[in-house]
Amino acid sequence: MKSDNIEIRWHGRGGQGAITAAKIVAKAMFTSGYTGVVMVPTFGTERRGAPVFTSLKVSREKIYDLSPSKEPDIVVVLDHLLLEEEDITQGLKHDGLVVINSPLAVRSYRFNGSRVAVADVTDLSVKAGLPQGMVNSGIIGSFARAAGLVELDVLLKTIEDEFIGRKPGENSRAAQLCYENTIMGGL
Amino acid sequence: MQIIETGNTAAALGVKLARAQVIAAYPITPQTPLTEKLSEFIESGEMQAEYIPVESEHSALAICIAAASAGARSFTATSSNGLLYMHEQIQWAAGARLPLVMCVANRGVGAPWTIWNDHQDSISQRDTGWIQIYANDHQQIIDSVIKAFCLAEEVMVPVMVCYDGYILSHTHMPFDVPESEKVDAFLPPYRPPYALDPADPANLNTVTMPDGRADVRGDISLGYMEIRHLLQRDMMEAVPALNRVEERFQSVFGRGDNPYVEPYRCNDADYIAVSLGSLSYQLHDVVDALRDEGIRAGVLSVHLYRPFPDRIIAEALKGCSGVVVFEKALSYGYQGPLCSDLKSALYRHAESRPFVANYILGLGGREITTQDLYEALKASCSPEGSAGEETRWIGLRFL
Repeated sequence: MKSDNIEIRWHGRGGQGAITAAKIVAKAMFTSGYTGVVMVPTFGTERRGAPVFTSLKVSREKIYDLSPSKEPDIVVVLDHLLLEEEDITQGLKHDGLVVINSPLAVRSYRFNGSRVAVADVTDLSVKAGLPQGMVNSGIIGSFARAAGLVELDVLLKTIEDEFIGRKPGENSRAAQLCYENTIMGGL
Repeated sequence: MQIIETGNTAAALGVKLARAQVIAAYPITPQTPLTEKLSEFIESGEMQAEYIPVESEHSALAICIAAASAGARSFTATSSNGLLYMHEQIQWAAGARLPLVMCVANRGVGAPWTIWNDHQDSISQRDTGWIQIYANDHQQIIDSVIKAFCLAEEVMVPVMVCYDGYILSHTHMPFDVPESEKVDAFLPPYRPPYALDPADPANLNTVTMPDGRADVRGDISLGYMEIRHLLQRDMMEAVPALNRVEERFQSVFGRGDNPYVEPYRCNDADYIAVSLGSLSYQLHDVVDALRDEGIRAGVLSVHLYRPFPDRIIAEALKGCSGVVVFEKALSYGYQGPLCSDLKSALYRHAESRPFVANYILGLGGREITTQDLYEALKASCSPEGSAGEETRWIGLRFL
């Protein structure tokens, strides 16, 4: 119904941290003046490794409709292999944006009319000092670069707060590296 | 302080701020994170309370009953079949007039097994003598939990604070966490009118004769029926009592509103949708869309379901020509319970009675799309909107 919401759908695997990533972005956007932020995880019997997704809606006003996004503006994919398993662009708005963690070049991806942003978040996160497979802080950096909705410094501060006692510096560094190494393409 | 967290966390923070002294609970989806949070608060020393792990929901409530009988502020939480398993103790807690507070993260009931949301669990406990409050968002969850202790202790009737499983329990959204000092000012320590004391042993709620009689001390005890009448009287008294609680809450925290119902664009509405919980808020956007088309629609969210504030609800619906009740529960063999209650309120209090249509939806987590709500409400927003008295279902898909 309401068209002034920005809807972001996050695709990951159970245990990969898609919900934490969406939560951090929610917090950073709230700090940046979006009073309406709602993060609705899929309601299922999640298993580690299985595809999961979560919806994040943001708005300048309070959000009353908690139903999951049907027509997201942005889709974020934490694992490029999910593209082979799921129709991740389902309902994506025509002038939408897809952010992918992938080792492949951005020209490998084409989603009808959408912008695409790619970074090898898995590799960059290891370079930032995180264990192999921890990609949820890094992907936020790519999201920030591609979407331009939230300032990097606000995001890095939110990441450091979220990961207190769990490598805050490395997580923040991963986001920064991914921000700097995100390549835009598509259309 | 504004934070972004889940509905379960909002409930847990409310219980912590209310300084509950005894918590007994058994984990069940989607309530589990709430009680996990409380056990973390207690383990870390952030909260001074006794957390008693139990082997069943029946035992959880039995322990809360015992603790409250000894004068402790007590709390439990559950969902679905866990709530049903408590049923005997639920009746007992109300009859024993113990000011317990329980959160229900609403979930459908089996069989068949479901872990997803509807309201059948708490609605099925409607007639047990507990006050029932339904929250629409996280701010209402945390505030309602704090107010619930205050209300329960004022009228000595237990309170259920109900919120939608997953849709609220697991969704993150911003809410304000009240300052601890303010909560302490609003909700002083519980001073029970009577508490069990080992130095002065007593039997409570033993076999009670149909007629009153003198007890061993020669004091006249009331008969069963008088005791039950007092429960009904005090339940009705909870309606004005809730307003007093709300006024005090507003004076301390500077927020809050009508504690019974939450009307949205109802003033000049020809058609008013009525529902419980987060669905009411989803209907806000639907009403906005209908208003843009020139249809004068509104939404009435019912917060207090028992005691049923019938006069207040009839007043809020005054002047409309149609009422459309959206429900996630059913009295099998008849209609939605809220629909029946609402008709009864209108029969007694309305000068001219609007038509009442009833939709059943979202059972066992069937997704409620805003588009479906829009189509259903729009179809009902006409003089013929009540066509057929039958309860209609939204979202059924027989393959």
